[in-house]
Amino acid sequence: MKVEKILDEELILSKLAEVKDPEIDTVSIVDLGMVYKVAVADKNIKVTLLPTFSGCPALPIIEKNCAAALLELDGVDSAEVEFTFSVPWTSDRVTEDGIRGLKEFGIAPPPEFIEGDGSWHVDCPYCGSTFVTMENIFGPTACRSILYCRNCRNPFEAMKLVSSNMH
Amino acid sequence: MEKTENGKFEGLTETDQEYLADLLKQLADDDYLLSFRSSEWLGLAPHIEEDVASASISQDMMGHASMYYGLLGDICGRDADDLAHFRKPADRRNSILTEKRNGEGEYLDAPKYDWAYHVVRNLYYNMHKKVKLDALKQSSCSPLRDVAAKAAMELYYHELHWRTWFIELMNSNDDAKARMTAALEKVNGECADLFHLGKYAEDITAKGYIAPEAEMKDSFRKEMEKVFGQTASVFSFPDAQKENGRLGGHTRDLEDALELMNEVYGSVPEAKW
Repeated sequence: MKVEKILDEELILSKLAEVKDPEIDTVSIVDLGMVYKVAVADKNIKVTLLPTFSGCPALPIIEKNCAAALLELDGVDSAEVEFTFSVPWTSDRVTEDGIRGLKEFGIAPPPEFIEGDGSWHVDCPYCGSTFVTMENIFGPTACRSILYCRNCRNPFEAMKLVSSNMH
Repeated sequence: MEKTENGKFEGLTETDQEYLADLLKQLADDDYLLSFRSSEWLGLAPHIEEDVASASISQDMMGHASMYYGLLGDICGRDADDLAHFRKPADRRNSILTEKRNGEGEYLDAPKYDWAYHVVRNLYYNMHKKVKLDALKQSSCSPLRDVAAKAAMELYYHELHWRTWFIELMNSNDDAKARMTAALEKVNGECADLFHLGKYAEDITAKGYIAPEAEMKDSFRKEMEKVFGQTASVFSFPDAQKENGRLGGHTRDLEDALELMNEVYGSVPEAKW
């Protein structure tokens, strides 16, 4: 007798955890806090994602990879992936696993707050030193900044703080 | 008026749609044009880190334009790419400030661009955008509120960037000061329509989509006076200028920009990228 596996949210999320950031293969879209909603109707899945930055060119790739991964699940007929701005993505949505994955890749996790003069602080992802300098708020992608560790002398990147308290 | 779960508008009358479409064109075309003009600095910025920063800001701005074109597409049933590429100059609602060329020469032919102009234009534009996004966050229209909240988080870094450049150069050596003064004069001749809300201005504000022009101008003035307070110059803002982009009046620079931007897309519009 064949027992059909029920498409529950947990199963879908574990599948989505296989979808990595196209540029950072140590973090998934779940780790980054991009998954906003999962809806299941019969054998059809609809996933709503939050873009990290509005002009991120990786979004169409993520959309495609997401749909492809979901269709690998047993008993899925269709998988729809959409993006919404109705809730803005903020950097505090990055999970503990996400923070570990980012560090593993050499990227410092986003800082938790920003000073009045616009500056913020993160530690070196390689040696943990606090002796770092900001080289450029704007980095190789919209979501990252470029820093330099004066202790271990490594350049590194950090995820930008994105929060609704920024004015 | 609220939107549904999938971010679409609901309960808009035909006239509401017309008002919102005009406002969305102003917002989208502004970011689209200035994003393009800024991208023409790629490889030409004063130093390598600035090249990265400037390009990253342009990319964010194109993202903002894309969000607005997406909403506009929901209203008029057209594709966002088509709205960005195929609308004629007379249908464009961007401010004159966002369409002007970067200086003498062409990107591929002896570009003698003016960095002082780039800094001043971007300070004016970004501060204006900050004020507008603050107003849009209070909009009666929820899709506009959502998009404004998203754009404002990214704008935070842009405005900080251009304000820093502005204050540094205004307080620098005589060469820098002279260039900045000339740039201020140029920007003053192109920015009078920034806060103009177009032909439906009264209806747009009566509907609560955005704050009235006078209110936003007042907030802008206060913010700019704070910035100018850190320099030896006094802030001024023009009342009027020859063309008003919000009413579809534009300069030759807009036609040139659109022609160049649309060349590839227009050659095979049905191509998937």
